[in-house]
Parts: sequence; C-alpha cells; structure tokens
Amino acid sequence: MKNKHWENFRFALTTSSPVFFGYVILGLGYGLYMHNLGFSFWYPTLMAATIYGGSVEFIIATLLTQHFNPLNVLLITAVVGFRQFFYGISMLTKYPRHDWRKFLLLFGLTDETFVINYSLKVPAGYDKTTVQAWITLLDYLYWVLGAFLGGFLGSTLNLQIKGLDFVMTALFVVLALEQFMQEKSHISSLSGVVITIVCLLLFGKTYFLVATLLLLVGEYYFLYRRHQKAGE
Amino acid sequence: MSLLQQVITIAIAAVTNFITRWSPFAIFTSSKKEQEELSPFIKGLGDFLPAAIMGMLVVYCYRNVNLLAGNHGLPDFLAGIITVVVHLWRRSMFLSLIVGTVSYIILINYVF
Repeated sequence: MKNKHWENFRFALTTSSPVFFGYVILGLGYGLYMHNLGFSFWYPTLMAATIYGGSVEFIIATLLTQHFNPLNVLLITAVVGFRQFFYGISMLTKYPRHDWRKFLLLFGLTDETFVINYSLKVPAGYDKTTVQAWITLLDYLYWVLGAFLGGFLGSTLNLQIKGLDFVMTALFVVLALEQFMQEKSHISSLSGVVITIVCLLLFGKTYFLVATLLLLVGEYYFLYRRHQKAGE
Repeated sequence: MSLLQQVITIAIAAVTNFITRWSPFAIFTSSKKEQEELSPFIKGLGDFLPAAIMGMLVVYCYRNVNLLAGNHGLPDFLAGIITVVVHLWRRSMFLSLIVGTVSYIILINYVF
C-alpha cells in the first residue's frame, strides 16, 4: 500500500458514512431544538463538542431552562449514560489498553460508534486501531457539525425532509441482522430484544435501558454459574 | 440560571458522561492487575453483551412508536421489514440503508 495513512482514513470515511447522514440529521434536529428553547448556536455546538452524547444533550438543554440543580444533572447523566459503561466492558478486548488514542476512542464511544467499531473487520494491510480512531473522530465531527448547523441556521432553515432520521434505525437493524446471521448461539440477541421490550412496557422510556442492562448482566451471571457448575 | 451555573451544568454532564465511557477501562485494566488476564466473568460478559445491546438498540429506535394510536407505527415496521428483506437479498449495507430510509420517507410523507 502506497500511502497507509490515507488508506486507513478512506476506509474509515466509507465505513462511517451512514453515521454521517444520521448524525448530521439528528444534530440538525438537536440544534434546532435548542434554538427553539432560545439558546444561541454556541450552546448546541459547545455541548455537542464537550458532552458528546445525543440523548444526554437533549435532556441537559431542557435542564438549562430550569433552576440550577447540579446533583440532578449528575444523576440524570449517569442514568442515561449508564449503557455506555457496558460498551466499555465489551470493548475491553477490542480497543488497545495502551495507546495514545485511547482517550479519543473512549471519549467518543457513542451507540453508533460502539456498534460500528465493535463489528469492524479490516482487510489485510489496514491498521484496525487507526481505522477505529478515525471512525471515532469522524463521527464526533459529524455530530458537532450537525449541532452547529441546526443552531446556526435555526429558523431560517426550512428545508426539512421528514423521516430522513430513519437512517439511524436502518443502521441498527442491519448491524443487528448481520450479528444475528454470524453468531452460533442466538441467546444473547434474542434476550436483548425480548428483555428490552418487556422493560419498555414495564418501566417506560426513561428507565428501560438501565433495567434491561441490569437484567442482561443477571442473565449472563446465571449462565456463567451454570456453565461453571457443569464443568466441575 | 446564570452563565456560570450553565457552564457548571454542562461541565458536570460532560465529565459524568465521559466517566460512564471510560470507567470500564479504568476499573478492569489499570493498577497491579495490568499484566494479568481479565477475569473470565468480565471477559465473558464482554462477549455476551454486544449482540444483546444491538437488539436493545433496535428496540430503542422504536420506543416512540405508538401501537394503539395514529398509524400504529406501520411506516416504522414496514420500512424495518423492507430494510431486512433488502439486506437478506443483496447483503449490501449501503443499499439496505438507502432503500430502507427512502421507503420510510415515502411511507411517512405520502402513504400514511
């Protein structure tokens, strides 16, 4: 390969292209949302750049219009961001433990970046960590760009394609399907779908992800113990 | 809220959010256990969770669908099925995403 850096970057650019559309559209929506709450474009842009977590940013935007309550901010962010802890656990064997790009890789571990970087397969000659780092950085820039555009164009932007944000759903559907077709046992995939639906019905939109993850860890603990006992 | 209070609010959210992403690496890979292997339970959990999380995220995308009112989420489910069928047919991610999204746009703007 003549220019390795360029090739790694190009591979990351292609792989992250669905996220480009998804993030710019969602970021636009988020920027417009903050604009409607009465904030200047600096707010969505800087919040996108520092917090970098879609659902957290939407919630913090509404909290900014209320009374100052730091403890509330901490708790809500921890609950909403709770699932990312488990992305980290899953990436323990996928990300290098000692690499100067570790900070970037972990800072940028969003839903979309996790799903793409976890299932990433690179052809021979490419450096996986470098591609993962580029994907992480590109996803980040897409999101900040979208938030900036949404806030900046604000009300002047009347071009809206209703339904374009489905690209994110389609991305998750395709990646889950790929995972399903490649795995030997479907117990984890099916548990994920079934437990999440049950938790959504039982606990509602705010807490169902936390409940799902705790139940999944419980389920794995049960399977792990049973497997251990069988081996004794 | 004053500007300072806003800055503090955003900073707390930013730091907390980063900690949720970074802590597994801090907890399970640092200190004296650095050279040792990860515990088999944590390693196994790391292998078990991703498939479940991908299923979870699909459900998460559909969380705002109301089965009992409006269009009953028909455009969302139809476009989801179209995405799956196209993907099983050609197995090209880009094509599946385009066909799935375009069909959703058509369904929600012109059909329902």
